[in-house]
Amino acid sequence: MISYDIVIVGGGPAGLAAAISARKAGVDKILILERDKELGGILNQCIHNGFGLHTFKEELTGPEYAQRFITQVLDEKIEYKLHTMVMDISSDRIVTAMSREDGMYQIKAGAVILAMGCRERPRGALNIPGYRPAGIFSAGTAQRLVNMEGYMPGREVVILGSGDIGLIMARRMTLEGAKVKVVAELMPYSGGLKRNIVQCLDDFGIPLKLSHTVVDIEGKEHLSAVTIAEVDKNMKPIPGTEERYTCDTLLLSCGLIPENELSRNAGVEMSPVTSGPVVNESLETNIPGVFACGNVLHVHDLVDYVSEEATRAGANAAKFVKGEMAENSDKVIDIVATDGARYTVPSTINVERMDDLLTVRFRVGAVYKNSYVSVYFDDERVMHNKKRIMAPGEMEQVILQKEKLKEKSGLKKITIRIEAEDAN
Amino acid sequence: MEKRELTCIGCPMGCQITVEMENGEVLSVNGNTCAIGDKYARNEVTHPERTVTSTAVIIGGDKPRVSVKTKSNIPKDKIFDCMKEIDRACVKAPVHIGDVVVKNVAGTGVDVVATREVPAV
Repeated sequence: MISYDIVIVGGGPAGLAAAISARKAGVDKILILERDKELGGILNQCIHNGFGLHTFKEELTGPEYAQRFITQVLDEKIEYKLHTMVMDISSDRIVTAMSREDGMYQIKAGAVILAMGCRERPRGALNIPGYRPAGIFSAGTAQRLVNMEGYMPGREVVILGSGDIGLIMARRMTLEGAKVKVVAELMPYSGGLKRNIVQCLDDFGIPLKLSHTVVDIEGKEHLSAVTIAEVDKNMKPIPGTEERYTCDTLLLSCGLIPENELSRNAGVEMSPVTSGPVVNESLETNIPGVFACGNVLHVHDLVDYVSEEATRAGANAAKFVKGEMAENSDKVIDIVATDGARYTVPSTINVERMDDLLTVRFRVGAVYKNSYVSVYFDDERVMHNKKRIMAPGEMEQVILQKEKLKEKSGLKKITIRIEAEDAN
Repeated sequence: MEKRELTCIGCPMGCQITVEMENGEVLSVNGNTCAIGDKYARNEVTHPERTVTSTAVIIGGDKPRVSVKTKSNIPKDKIFDCMKEIDRACVKAPVHIGDVVVKNVAGTGVDVVATREVPAV
């Protein structure tokens, strides 16, 4: 069996940054496995700009951002295999992969980094009634067709869901001559960035209907019309509010789900909130030597944060294979998200293994204005930061100092909660 | 007097801003809660600009399209003229990031450049 120090599953932004980081930490034998025909992942189809403001202090398009990392992977002579599907990862880190060129083969990995990214929620997971004709696409599929293959899925478009990909595609298809009639969003707020609502919808006079959903799909061979209706507080359509739109295309932009079939089969413990692995301060899963980063861990809004997180995962995997990582003891501090904070990544900390500074990322469950992000060490409040606005679509973070955690010996639990007013 | 309603894109607050104008001059900006909103609103009503991103046909490459962008912002009202010129463009592989695909697009003085590496095959 061939063996590598580190095997990275996925050659998108997370996998690339993890590989570069592990190489810079002195790991020799690194292999990236990518199922597509090229490196770069989803960035290749995200031709719009706005990437890299944090990392490179300039606005890049997706392909430009990807190329900066691909160039480093090539310069570092990091090995990668394209057209390669990983079939299985075992709990003792044997990776089974398959490609047309090499057939099925196994690799013994010193460490594995999960960087498979996420998938869009498909129609089957949305329970939309009506016929099942051609012309219904996930927004990302349409993005790939338009931006990479050069095909237009249709001319008259309705979009369900106001996630950023849906908004971006509303503009993209309008620029290419399609008529985008309406964007319907089930929730009373959009999951997309304000900038995208203004520059992708308002700029082109495309209406956004909040608290609306699709209640009927017409067309036997090809989509001919959809009906949308307003929903009440319980997300139930309100009779009498139906509006029918003739169209040949329905795009779905209804959320992203981390792609963790491989992780689950390997026995990785999963978070029901993020649908991603539960990880410790080293971004390591419950299986020693198996790390996770990027959208497979939790869905990010900014690729810059993916790159940063993956850089940490790569460095930690390098420590693991070089035997420099402190033993995981049972002196573990739990991080608990509550009162408006939905989850945290990581969810546990072993102080012996953490860096001097540790970024803990989380999301809130609703829109909070003029509220506080509070951090408690057991029952003592140690951080209380006012935020003008927090929204479910924008990831939040707090930074913990190793020094402070060490001072508080016997610390069992760190709690992150959202507080409306200063309780003192 | 003319009134313009805007949504600020400075942060997730998305303040609703009302701008009062006369003869192209800004008289007042209201509804914003910080300086970012004021600056955004004034730019947006006097000279709104956008970066346009799209794809162009490429011949002899390993893929059918090459992604492109305007090298800097162009006036918002030139977006569709810019798209027409990008649609007419046809480039030959190999193409490198930053190569000019359309010069001085729609008379804006801004070039459209490639944003992907496309090797020749």
